[in-house]
Amino acid sequence: MFDVQKVRAQFPILSQTVNGKPLVYFDNGATAQKPQVVIDAISKYYSEINANIHRGVHTLSQLATDAYEVSRNTIQTHLNAKYPHEIIFTSGTTQGINLVANGFAAIVKSGDEVMVSALEHHSNIVPWQFLCEKTGAKLVVIPMNDKGELILSEYERLLSDKTKIVAVNHISNALGTVNPVKYIIAKAHKVGAAVLIDGAQATPHLRPDVQDLDCDFYVFSGHKVCGPTGVGILYGKESWLNQLPPYMGGGEMIKEVTFEKTTYADLPHKFEAGTPNIAGGIVLGTAIDYLNEIGFDNIAKYEQELLDYGTKRLLEIEGITIYGTGENKASVISFNIEGIHPYDIGTIIDKLGVAVRTGHHCAQPIMNYFNIPGTIRASFAFYNTKEEIDIFVEAVKKAQLMLS
Amino acid sequence: MSIKEIQDEIVDEFSMFDDWMQRYEYIIELGKSLPLIDEKYKTDDNIIKGCQSKVWVHAEQHDGNVVFTADSDAILTKGIIAILVRAFSNQSPKAILEANTDFIDAIGLKEHLSPTRANGLVSMIKGIKMYALAFQAKG
Repeated sequence: MFDVQKVRAQFPILSQTVNGKPLVYFDNGATAQKPQVVIDAISKYYSEINANIHRGVHTLSQLATDAYEVSRNTIQTHLNAKYPHEIIFTSGTTQGINLVANGFAAIVKSGDEVMVSALEHHSNIVPWQFLCEKTGAKLVVIPMNDKGELILSEYERLLSDKTKIVAVNHISNALGTVNPVKYIIAKAHKVGAAVLIDGAQATPHLRPDVQDLDCDFYVFSGHKVCGPTGVGILYGKESWLNQLPPYMGGGEMIKEVTFEKTTYADLPHKFEAGTPNIAGGIVLGTAIDYLNEIGFDNIAKYEQELLDYGTKRLLEIEGITIYGTGENKASVISFNIEGIHPYDIGTIIDKLGVAVRTGHHCAQPIMNYFNIPGTIRASFAFYNTKEEIDIFVEAVKKAQLMLS
Repeated sequence: MSIKEIQDEIVDEFSMFDDWMQRYEYIIELGKSLPLIDEKYKTDDNIIKGCQSKVWVHAEQHDGNVVFTADSDAILTKGIIAILVRAFSNQSPKAILEANTDFIDAIGLKEHLSPTRANGLVSMIKGIKMYALAFQAKG
């Protein structure tokens, strides 16, 4: 039985006051808060088993290596990847995308096409622009409609044998739209294109099955799934990871080094040069275990209630526009109030203890589409409550009164 | 009045308020009374970078003094730039360059000085000082 009060008690930060008011944290899309078990696991690592991994023969190094590899297995199971070596530890989603985009420079040729969508975060646009600049390939954009949904008929029209890779997010960070990625992947595969799914916003809300989706790459960040910052995951199909060249050179990623030639280590180490974020990698496993204990079915059901309630309450406000009104949405509400800059609302409600994100959410093309400077984005997590939504809506109303 | 005297006056005004709401309401009022920039100067070149909202600042020299006009699409930002314009406008380039900005702290807007704040108060001050520097260089 999902009991939100029990869950909240596991997050020490949530009982804080901010500006003299109880904290209402609705900036989960930017980063999630951490439960005590995650905080403890970080401390435990440094207190008990800190050592460099994959190198030492001494006991601590073995313990740290084991814990790191156990975490890799946890994530493999979580994503339902075929092999543990298909799980690459990165510093986060951005690095995962850059790693793949960089590798595709060896595959993509001038005249080829690289496809992203109108809904992407800058980190799923810019690395592909780099790739296009390097190779002479063309960046093609899947358009969206006024509800913030991708136009699939246009997508299919744009696909061709020139398309080498399609990079789309599973859930839009700015609007909350859940994209039909399984369908997108199947269509891309028909023309022989690979697909990278940016799961940064999806992984806090659902459990992706990479074999069922049949995606070639899936990337996400640890800090958005209640784990530490500075760690993330790149899942890649074994065949693709073998085909891509290494991203960074250094220790750990080699088999043999002479000044004439270096041979690379096998997967996953080929992509894990240098001493990684060991604590982060280990504790990401702890965070994933924690979420699975709560259960993604419970999370999805509860967050849907929050989304429905939040949408209903916000629509009481005169002059409100909600951006992202598609059928299939995560617990994200992006909105503006007529005649008031989102920054002003964000500043005032911060004073009332409510943390939201304002601005363009690193998705300027979406803001340009709607011709707005930005939005106010409230993103709910499973530890938020309807009472917090009430406080938030009252805060927005108060801000509106002050600012009009 | 010197910049210091104007700043003291602003600090005095803000000391009447008991809480943040009154302070912010006053900032909003100040924003509404800001001497507006001529529309023709609301160009991309005059936008202060580093603000989440748009801030335009224009400067002209009258009788040796620098006169600022400004605008913003966010009302709180407009209020803050109004405070800066009031403190620094109609002063010599030298006085502007030498002035400090400790009064920001004294009026309870210190949090806006942090580089992580998206409103770009730091960028605005820098922009104002850059104008002063440019006029000083021109002589």
